[in-house]
Amino acid sequence: MALDAFAPWEDPNADPIIHFQNVTKRFGDFTAIDDLTIDIYEKEFFALLGPSGCGKTTLMRMLAGFETPTEGTILLQGQNIAPVPPNKRAVNMMFQSYALFPHLSVWENIAFGLKRDGMAKNDINDRVDEMLRLTRLETFARRKPHQISGGQRQRVALARSLAKHPKLLLLDEPLGALDKKLRQETQFELMDIQEKTGTTFVIVTHDQEEAMTVASRVAVMDHGKIIQVATPDAIYETPNSTYVADFIGDVNLIEGKATSKDNDKLSIAWAEGQPEIVGTPTTEFGNGQTVHFAIRPEKVAISAEKPEAANALQGKILDIAYLGNISTYHVELAGGQVIKAQTANNRRLSRRTFTWEDNVWLSFTDTAGVLLER
Amino acid sequence: MRRLTLIAIPYVWLLALFLVPFLIVFKIALSDSALAIPPYVPTLDLSEGWAGFTAFLSELDFENFVWLTEDDLYWKAYLSSLKIAVISTVLTLIVGYPIAYGMARAPQEWRATLLMLVILPFWTSFLIRVYSWMGILSQEGYLNQLLMSLGLISEPLIILNTNTAVYIGIVYTYLPFMILPIYSALEKLDESLLEAAEDLGCSRFTAFWLVTVPLSKQGIIAGSFLVFIPTLGEFVIPSLLGGSKTLMIGKVLWEEFFSNRDWPVASAVAVILLLILVIPIILFQRNEQKQREAEG
Repeated sequence: MALDAFAPWEDPNADPIIHFQNVTKRFGDFTAIDDLTIDIYEKEFFALLGPSGCGKTTLMRMLAGFETPTEGTILLQGQNIAPVPPNKRAVNMMFQSYALFPHLSVWENIAFGLKRDGMAKNDINDRVDEMLRLTRLETFARRKPHQISGGQRQRVALARSLAKHPKLLLLDEPLGALDKKLRQETQFELMDIQEKTGTTFVIVTHDQEEAMTVASRVAVMDHGKIIQVATPDAIYETPNSTYVADFIGDVNLIEGKATSKDNDKLSIAWAEGQPEIVGTPTTEFGNGQTVHFAIRPEKVAISAEKPEAANALQGKILDIAYLGNISTYHVELAGGQVIKAQTANNRRLSRRTFTWEDNVWLSFTDTAGVLLER
Repeated sequence: MRRLTLIAIPYVWLLALFLVPFLIVFKIALSDSALAIPPYVPTLDLSEGWAGFTAFLSELDFENFVWLTEDDLYWKAYLSSLKIAVISTVLTLIVGYPIAYGMARAPQEWRATLLMLVILPFWTSFLIRVYSWMGILSQEGYLNQLLMSLGLISEPLIILNTNTAVYIGIVYTYLPFMILPIYSALEKLDESLLEAAEDLGCSRFTAFWLVTVPLSKQGIIAGSFLVFIPTLGEFVIPSLLGGSKTLMIGKVLWEEFFSNRDWPVASAVAVILLLILVIPIILFQRNEQKQREAEG
């Protein structure tokens, strides 16, 4: 790649635009956000990912000003924003329901925030036209929200929240209401707009694919805590826990005990009568310590003959999930464990090598999987 | 055929209970007052056949309508009714909107109870409720007793038999008709719209003016018509609570019918009142239509 990678989080001198310092938020007895510390940098596309009820929406609403932290501070460009009401923050939000004003036209919706700032009429016209061009809505300016499609409404909501040049744009499940195909298109559009405007985006989503597609960094949350913050590829390839490994994509999780060490390789005893799995640990494991071995299905190869590989296991095909571009094989081992293996269907279906009940070999290299403590 | 029957039922209903009585009233308005039973001439006598019918028609005239323009009592009464109806509608809106707003913002589990409380007065006869206001507002009434015992006033206030008492009575009686449509409009209001307005730089107050009020506009219009239309022809409240100076067309109508026994003039008054009411009723219908279209 010729471009310099965008990674301000690796620069110790970079100042974050948003800094959460030991933030806790409680609703009665319920702790929505639990002692959370995180930095978000300028021009980032930051995704908050987690199951519903994990606190990601609460985190976003605290940024918008609709909730205040019970403990801890949130700094926006070094300023504590707790006492600043939502209407005085240089932060705008795109609501999950879009929250377009039904009595106002598309044009008036976009101009709404600008008018509140007392902007001159000509400037408002220019800015609204610019936003309409950016979101390709020029021909719909005079329509009311109920007269346009869901995808167009989504773009109006985006234009309205971007119109005021916010330092930070919050997107609450912005694509949740769109169908799959439109959602994928819109994801790229969002990235494009984020790049063009240079605004810092924080997106809340429960769709891991969406988070992986759009974000520069992804924070995986669970029960009010951030489990891991990393780039999409790091989250996928080097998850720090079985929770993250399991939440992002498909994974085989095998629990075992560390036995012997040979140079930088670790052997794991995991089942009676099965060969030990050899992996490459990134952290220290003591002898006899519990190890969770996580391996992605696409890193498990499937073959008829015993292959030359660091790890090879024999089993029988239990199930085949044909997804068009790929097929996932569920292979049952002698001990009853089921391992998933994925192959790309780069040949037509009629030429497929394996079918149900076939005896096959599964294999993977000693660096294909991740060894996790928890 | 079945469809035709279904459509026919409401039309027959309207024809029998609205159009026919209206034609009878209209006919009486064109007649002359007489000392007879019924107290007007001519009456239609079909025994004389076609000749009798033409003789009957020739005796009808618009004299009574002309009379309404000649005596200034009538147009003054119409104007005064209009004024009282407009002021009462505005007062009811001022009192009703905050109540509806509070109900719509109340916790979900309370709303049914609050709604019940608004409708509750309907369980008592309207007449009894208006009478009880006489007991409250009279010079020795509960209100004056309370204010005097608190030492706020030394002389009893004269409220009963004034326009003030009429306004109190109307606002009290028609309040539910204002609250219910506004409540139903506000209840549908999406909370996130207000958050969005705040997020875009509105204070709570401007968000209320720019979002809440326009979005409850249909409810405000519906409620205002539901109060204005019956108030314009109101008779019971001004005659029980109002004084001799309270001039309302409903009262004039009653006096023409029962005190003067001048049915033709009374009928003419009623016909004009109906024509005046047709305008707001049509506007109301159009508002309802627009609302349905906006929702559909």
